[in-house]
Amino acid sequence: MKVGVLALQGDFREHVSAVIECGHEAIEVRRLSELESIDSLILPGGESTTIAQLAAAFDLFEPIVARIAAGMPVYGSCAGMILLSNRILDGAEGQRTFGGLDITVRRNAFGRQVDSFESDLQFNGRTLHAIFIRAPWVEEFGPGVEVLSEAAGHPVAVRQGNLLATSFHPELTSNLEIHRYFFDEICKSV
Amino acid sequence: MSETTGTARVKRGMAEMLKGGVIMDVVNVEQAKIAQDAGACAVMALERVPADIRAQGGVARMSDPDMIEKIQAAVSIPVMAKVRIGHFVEAQILESLGVDYIDESEVLTPADYTHHIDKWNFKVPFVCGATNLGEALRRINEGAAMIRSKGEAGTGDVSNAMMHMRTIGSEIRRLSSLREDELYVAAKELQAPYALVKEVAETGKLPVVLFTAGGIATPADAALMMQMGADGVFVGSGIFKSGNPAQRAAACVKATTFYQDAKVIADVSRGLGEAMVGINVADIPAPHRLAERGW
Repeated sequence: MKVGVLALQGDFREHVSAVIECGHEAIEVRRLSELESIDSLILPGGESTTIAQLAAAFDLFEPIVARIAAGMPVYGSCAGMILLSNRILDGAEGQRTFGGLDITVRRNAFGRQVDSFESDLQFNGRTLHAIFIRAPWVEEFGPGVEVLSEAAGHPVAVRQGNLLATSFHPELTSNLEIHRYFFDEICKSV
Repeated sequence: MSETTGTARVKRGMAEMLKGGVIMDVVNVEQAKIAQDAGACAVMALERVPADIRAQGGVARMSDPDMIEKIQAAVSIPVMAKVRIGHFVEAQILESLGVDYIDESEVLTPADYTHHIDKWNFKVPFVCGATNLGEALRRINEGAAMIRSKGEAGTGDVSNAMMHMRTIGSEIRRLSSLREDELYVAAKELQAPYALVKEVAETGKLPVVLFTAGGIATPADAALMMQMGADGVFVGSGIFKSGNPAQRAAACVKATTFYQDAKVIADVSRGLGEAMVGINVADIPAPHRLAERGW
């Protein structure tokens, strides 16, 4: 499987390493031709405003929206969750997202960087150590959304169809549980 | 479920999220918004950009908390701010304001000519400047969660940033080539802790994110630093001391992402108007060079 990692800004190298460790081919996506060559896509951590602006400037924005609508599996961590959400709270003025997930995400919901934290979570029946950095949470979600994990009473991992999003950063740890879930439970069923 | 804040992993992880991005110096809300709209991954809030500090002279200190808070309220991207080297009370103040990163910066007038801040005492992460590998590892040993090469701030002359990136890179490559029993003396020569020297020798890179700063004024400068191995770029005076800040800011962001694509860098470099005038580092008398501050 060819897994694209949107490589405009953020910690895309860590996601590329995770993809390779899971035994798949990783493609850094900065161009339309790269987007067209992939089977699934990961949106990394980083600054969601920066990534959205670069995607628009290099003619990737609408094509990504179209691929999401056509059913391509996409996983987003942190900024990636924001980019996959249909609605955002506390965003920058006029901030755009690719959308696809019927959720409302609150940006920097846990607070500023001094409030960033590590914590153990339950995900898919197992305990997972998660790293939250200026992380968003899911404030509201539609009926089609499955909540896979919670922290502080808010969903922090959600799935809807072929889309998966986490508030935290599995790519900063050596635990590949979330990536494997994306490849094995979502990508394989497509 | 226990939540732990202020760990080395969340501090260093924050810098990981800035990678491939441009951090811009801003002195007011209007500039902060221009920076965010241009795609900056963070802003550095300060009262005077380095070029003005250099021109006006005097003692340069931490910015007014009011000014920092206004910028925090105006943008959603991370806000950084500077403290004087060794001034841990300025750092306590910035931590209480909730800034996302503190730059213990040679651009401000040092408060301590012997010691840097003990950065392990803070939940907020710190970025520090370095001109060589030993200096970088001493700062990391004190708790810095991110390093930036210093360059010579406020000049628009990229030559010192280039020299510092080359020095850090070549010293890392040299460590990787040494026998294990040679690392003890290498640590002595670098004036850095052995454990960190050994880690760098094994991994071939710093244990934290490495940005570059000081004298970057054009999209080509930003791409040059990325090709030299920087994880991202600070642009200080270069943007808001130029003729068309919004366009130049966006151009630097694009060149940082597409740093290996000369065609993109050429396209974004067209019609940018005047770059900051600049000063040749060689024309600055040694006592006025900021990069030499840091011990």
